[in-house]
Amino acid sequence: MSFTFKLNIGSRVYRDLEFFIWNLYNMSVQKFITGNFYDEEVLFPAIKKTRRAGYKIHDVFTPFPIHGLDKAMGLRDTSLHTAGFIYGITGTATAVGFITWALTMDWKLNFGGKPFFSLPAWIPVTFELTVLFAAVGMVLTFCYLCQLAPFVKKDHFNPRSTDDTFVMALECTNKTNEEEAIRFLQSIGAADVQVQYKETGWWLGRYDKDTKRFEKKTELESAH
Amino acid sequence: MSLLRYESQVRPPLVDGNKDYHQVTEDICRPVEAKPSRSWWIGFLISAALLVFGIISVTMEVIYGTGQWNLHKTVGWGWDITNFVWWVGIGHAGTLISAILLLFRQGWRTGVNRAAEAMTIFAVMCAGQFPIWHMGRVWNAFFVLPYPNTRGPLWVNFNSPLLWDVFAISTYFTVSLLFWYSGLLPDLATLRDRAKKKWAKMFYGVASFGWTGSTKHWQRHEALSLVLAGLSTPLVLSVHTIVSFDFATSVVPGWHTTIFPPYFVAGAIFSGFAMVQTLLVVTRKVLALEDYITIEHIEVMNKVIVLTGSIVGIAYLTELFMAWYSAVEYENYAFFQNRLNLNSPYGWSYWLMMGCNVLSPQIFWFRKMRRNLLVTFFMSILVNIGMWFERFVIIVTSVYRDYLPSSWATYYTPTIWEVGFYLGTFGLFFTCYFLFSKFFPVIAIAEIKHILKRSGENYKEKMGDIESKDTEGFAHEQEHDH
Repeated sequence: MSFTFKLNIGSRVYRDLEFFIWNLYNMSVQKFITGNFYDEEVLFPAIKKTRRAGYKIHDVFTPFPIHGLDKAMGLRDTSLHTAGFIYGITGTATAVGFITWALTMDWKLNFGGKPFFSLPAWIPVTFELTVLFAAVGMVLTFCYLCQLAPFVKKDHFNPRSTDDTFVMALECTNKTNEEEAIRFLQSIGAADVQVQYKETGWWLGRYDKDTKRFEKKTELESAH
Repeated sequence: MSLLRYESQVRPPLVDGNKDYHQVTEDICRPVEAKPSRSWWIGFLISAALLVFGIISVTMEVIYGTGQWNLHKTVGWGWDITNFVWWVGIGHAGTLISAILLLFRQGWRTGVNRAAEAMTIFAVMCAGQFPIWHMGRVWNAFFVLPYPNTRGPLWVNFNSPLLWDVFAISTYFTVSLLFWYSGLLPDLATLRDRAKKKWAKMFYGVASFGWTGSTKHWQRHEALSLVLAGLSTPLVLSVHTIVSFDFATSVVPGWHTTIFPPYFVAGAIFSGFAMVQTLLVVTRKVLALEDYITIEHIEVMNKVIVLTGSIVGIAYLTELFMAWYSAVEYENYAFFQNRLNLNSPYGWSYWLMMGCNVLSPQIFWFRKMRRNLLVTFFMSILVNIGMWFERFVIIVTSVYRDYLPSSWATYYTPTIWEVGFYLGTFGLFFTCYFLFSKFFPVIAIAEIKHILKRSGENYKEKMGDIESKDTEGFAHEQEHDH
């Protein structure tokens, strides 16, 4: 399996760096079998059957959040809430710690004879910083976990998956019987079942330009 | 009948017409993908002209100092802080709709939350201008931040409500922006995948951060939205509470009252919803989104207006009672002479406020009026005028005559540059809103799709036969599916 590596920006150093990152995240072009669904009523039993039949679901792409889909696919709960809590108490500690240090140790100022350590007056700022830290931290963590950022580009299985189509992608290995998998997907109600070669990771690029991480797709496909 | 979640026929549909998922995408993306209309250009250019006038007014103030404004010895805040509080109040409806109504599981919020949140962000941007330029030497504005400086370091006064404001407003702006934008990501991805023009592919590609719609990402997105809603709920209450502390912690008669925090928050929701109505009554018509922002949405928001308007009314009466009951002559004078007395210099503004905020919203006790678009639009303008005068009354009538008659002020009227600054923020607000309504989906597409099969008109019709089923059988069926 050989393929040439596409230079996105141009320098040799950058190419090596990119290759290093590529190895780090184990990104690669893989073979998938995809099927489209148009109704949640069909999708849920289909996921159940697919898992029972032993196929590995790479992902299901949906245009809107469908409650219970993560459970049906056997995904574990996200820990984003816990992260948010930790960021929040970091904010609380930062505010209380900093104000205490600034107003009782670093530079004591007498505000109308009130005590230097006047905690009740600090509640508003402490509260605001708690919320600020939690919100900013959570959004950054969310973007990191989902690999979301400006100029991030990813391969998409079907552009309609952000419109009205639920796209199920099955992972395909050397052991997978392709014909059988296609027939199976069709039998559980999937439409337009296809074999697709897609990059699983992300790269820097723009959506108006057709940059790929890997060139010579035909060569790649023939290698399989 | 597993995912088709049952909702009673008694509840009116939230999405009218015969829709499927694709139709929803088409309807909401159409105004974004179409060329801007002539009315859009006219509105946009008027807003931009106002913005330019505002910039000129502010420039005058920066060059010649705050003396360009008619502020004087006792009326030190005048129009400037009136406008600040007014805009901040307007900026409360968006987060209330998106956060508090999300926690309360109010389905109708999905039709209006995106536009309301955008409005919030623009309103807070406008609000922020006033205290900043009011500083006079605006190049020293960063002094409000606690940074290590060469003056000691002399830290800011963390015991001061004015500093709490700095933290409250900036946190509120940041969190609202994050909440709004994280909700926009999936919809921007929808626009990206539909884009045909090169610039649109690039713009929405960059703006959507490479969103794919993966189930795991949706799961995290839901968790993020819920926690941000949970954080924003106390936040939105805290912001106007802290703004009210600017007044309430002073010893000025008319400001020194403990009722201010709840009264300000209710007033903020009141004026915020009025501004949402002003914008949405027009937006739904111009962008042909009547199926998504239905008359039901308008009616529900009018109910919120009559509720919060009445809360504000009770607060006004309570204030009067407390002024009398306190038996403090200064308090008495502030309320009964400076405000309630129609023959006093500013008596007219108090009665204008009373009429617009307390009396006029009572019309919404009538269902027919709540569902009348013209009345709604007219009322939303009246409420905003009334709420502007509320802040004007609080600020000006409290300080123009306080303890010492020898320092009673002359009649305060704004200069052209004060008015220009205010008009300029209208320019900023509407310029932003016009750009938003052209380049972003004004309704949360993904959220509408999420409620479509439960609250869409054509789906609700199908639930009729479920409703006629006996309860036992229905419960049994539901149990099996989950």
